Amino acid sequence: MSLPAHVKSGTKQPVYAFVGNPNCGKSTLFNALTGLKQKIGNYPGVTVERKVGTAYSQHGQPMTVIDLPGAYSLAARSPDEAVTRDVLLGRRTNDTEMPDRIVCIVDGSNLERNLYLVHQILDLGRPVILVVNMMDLADKAGLKVRTGQLEQELGIPVIAAEASRGKGLIELKLAMSRPDLPLPHHRWDVPAAISSAVAEIQASLQDNDQKPPLIARAEALLLLTDQDQLRVAGSQPLSDRTAAILDGWKKRWSDEGTDWSGTLVGARYDAIGTLVQDCVQTSDQTVDQSTSDKIDAVVTHGFWGWAVLGGIMTALFLSIFTLAEHPMNWIDAGTVALADGVKAAMPAGDFRDLVTDGVIAGVGGVLIFLPQILILFFFIGMLESTGYMARAAFIMDRLMSRVGLNGKSFIPLLSSYACAIPGIMATRTIEDPKDRLVTILVAPFMSCSARLPVYLLMIAALLPTGEVPLATKVGLMILMYAMGTIGAFGFAWLFKRTLLKGEPPLMIMELPPYRRPRVKDVAMQMAERAGLFLKRAGTIILAISIVLWALTTYPKSDDAINPAEQVAQSYAGQAGKLIEPVIAPLGFNWEIGIGLISSFAAREVFVSATSVVFNVEEDEEDTAPLLEALRRATWPDGRALFTPLVCFTLMVFYVFAMQCVSTLAVVKRETNSWRWPLFQVGYQTGFAWLLCLIIYQTGTALGF
Amino acid sequence: MADSIALSSLPIGSSARLVKFPLSGSAFLRLREMGLLPGTTLTLLRTAPMGDPLEIKVRGYNLTLRKSEADHVLVEPIATP
Repeated sequence: MSLPAHVKSGTKQPVYAFVGNPNCGKSTLFNALTGLKQKIGNYPGVTVERKVGTAYSQHGQPMTVIDLPGAYSLAARSPDEAVTRDVLLGRRTNDTEMPDRIVCIVDGSNLERNLYLVHQILDLGRPVILVVNMMDLADKAGLKVRTGQLEQELGIPVIAAEASRGKGLIELKLAMSRPDLPLPHHRWDVPAAISSAVAEIQASLQDNDQKPPLIARAEALLLLTDQDQLRVAGSQPLSDRTAAILDGWKKRWSDEGTDWSGTLVGARYDAIGTLVQDCVQTSDQTVDQSTSDKIDAVVTHGFWGWAVLGGIMTALFLSIFTLAEHPMNWIDAGTVALADGVKAAMPAGDFRDLVTDGVIAGVGGVLIFLPQILILFFFIGMLESTGYMARAAFIMDRLMSRVGLNGKSFIPLLSSYACAIPGIMATRTIEDPKDRLVTILVAPFMSCSARLPVYLLMIAALLPTGEVPLATKVGLMILMYAMGTIGAFGFAWLFKRTLLKGEPPLMIMELPPYRRPRVKDVAMQMAERAGLFLKRAGTIILAISIVLWALTTYPKSDDAINPAEQVAQSYAGQAGKLIEPVIAPLGFNWEIGIGLISSFAAREVFVSATSVVFNVEEDEEDTAPLLEALRRATWPDGRALFTPLVCFTLMVFYVFAMQCVSTLAVVKRETNSWRWPLFQVGYQTGFAWLLCLIIYQTGTALGF
Repeated sequence: MADSIALSSLPIGSSARLVKFPLSGSAFLRLREMGLLPGTTLTLLRTAPMGDPLEIKVRGYNLTLRKSEADHVLVEPIATP
């Protein structure tokens, strides 16, 4: 199907871009228009979600629709906004076609600020359709938006819509089907104080950077409101000449005291003000305090605010630990049943073991995370779509700012108590790339649910005889969670001061009005994210499971009479012995080493791995035989292996060490390089080792 | 003409007209683009439970900013009728 360009051009599928502020209902509209015909992925080089779908015109012609990330301005401040700008300016043509038509979506109840972005887009001189969404909310706020008048003033189709109820969808489709979309009349004058600069920069962009005239003008205007050019992969730096001209003007203005960006932004808002005055009627009745404000009075209250936040978080964790349990058990039972079935159907041999112990166990190991991840994504999606997420960030900002982060890091870190994977995926809401990276780097310190079985086993093994008192158990558990949390904040503080030094993060954030959540959109988003997890992390977990299986199976020994002996002389056993000199100062022997290595598939595998190593029939319901075996385990010289001190040290090791391949896979995906995941392995495990060394050696010296 | 004060010292619940804020700094650039310009009226709605950040209403929507930024935003209180 590779027709030459000139043949294609006649019937070229129109490419539309959907653009709008965050929370304007853009995605709802996009979902309604493209249905399930969406392709979701990432923009190469950045972790910004790329959504492209196909919609059909009224004549059944396919149209490409790109749902660009929400943006407040084309002067980008976050990777999301940079992508929106770069696609619109045709700077990413190697991965995303430059849209030839643009659909701007604005929130009718908040027209002025929403029109700012539209005003910038009208500069591009491409056909635009304006969708005034949330007309119902505008009505409630006492605003009558006269779309007919707007249409006349701007010279483009203007559609009144309520995307959440499907209103305006047909009209939008009709407008998008028009072959002759008009160009906007966009009459506004660049203020005199800066107009000569704009002209000069535009000329230089055309001559020295080879930009087409309209794009050059738009870029010239953007350069005046960009603080630092947030460049992302795919966009070229400015030519020296243009950069010099720009710097020259900025210097001159600073000397004169001209607020150049303020002048430009002000001129746009003035033009918008005139437009809004003509097209929006404000009813005289004073609007009462809106429902949103009433909710906020409670939700951000000095006492109730914390209570609500605490309540929601409790509900989140309760549902993760209780609701997820059943499907997790089913998945577990299902994998076991499947493995048993295969064992019965296939002749015994290495291949059968590969299928059952490698592939099926590996797939099961991936799927077992799914219920928790789905629940977490559901909660995160609901919190986002109701607008509560922004409030949580608002409340937590002060605390997070103490370590140099902002409130937006709170939810990702909190999610990481369940599992670091969704937590790390949730960092996409953090605008500042450095803050986001710091959050990703420290998130795995939060004790995830896979560490629980290890903690439980070690606490049970802590006392050689008799029951461990409940208070000790609970106290130890809290201590482990607390250590992880303190570690996370401590390292965040450290990174923000050293490695990833940046400006103190901003907290300029819109608090959108509360909305009824759109369950359909939440569900779609949940499915998308879960799919991404399965595809990316899943394949790696599967591969690691197979490798681990091979490591514990080969080389085969004829002398091995039981699985424990087989494991002991396998590659994994050899590796355990190899690392013994390194871990012996922590009180760990090679058998524990095998457990540590196996934990790379998932930390809870430690329990089953030690069962194999100590030759105990594995039984999930009853760890008593395993505990017995652990108590009997000794060093060659007869010293007990699992002394209370060793159990405690091992728990501490699990708190801090980076042992989770799935997390590493997700970090690799989210940071686009192996550099950061490898760094995590190094610094986390290194820190864990050092801390355990201090604990064990001090403990031994003190006679524990 | 009333005296200008920092936005951070405006009493909660009162409105003010923006007088000026620093010319550069990415925070102030973004505040401009979010519709905060000299002459714009705003209302300080509340602060977060720990006193920071602040929440203001401007051009019909709610926006947060930290005290550290609000310290540099000069406003002129509007007498409430």
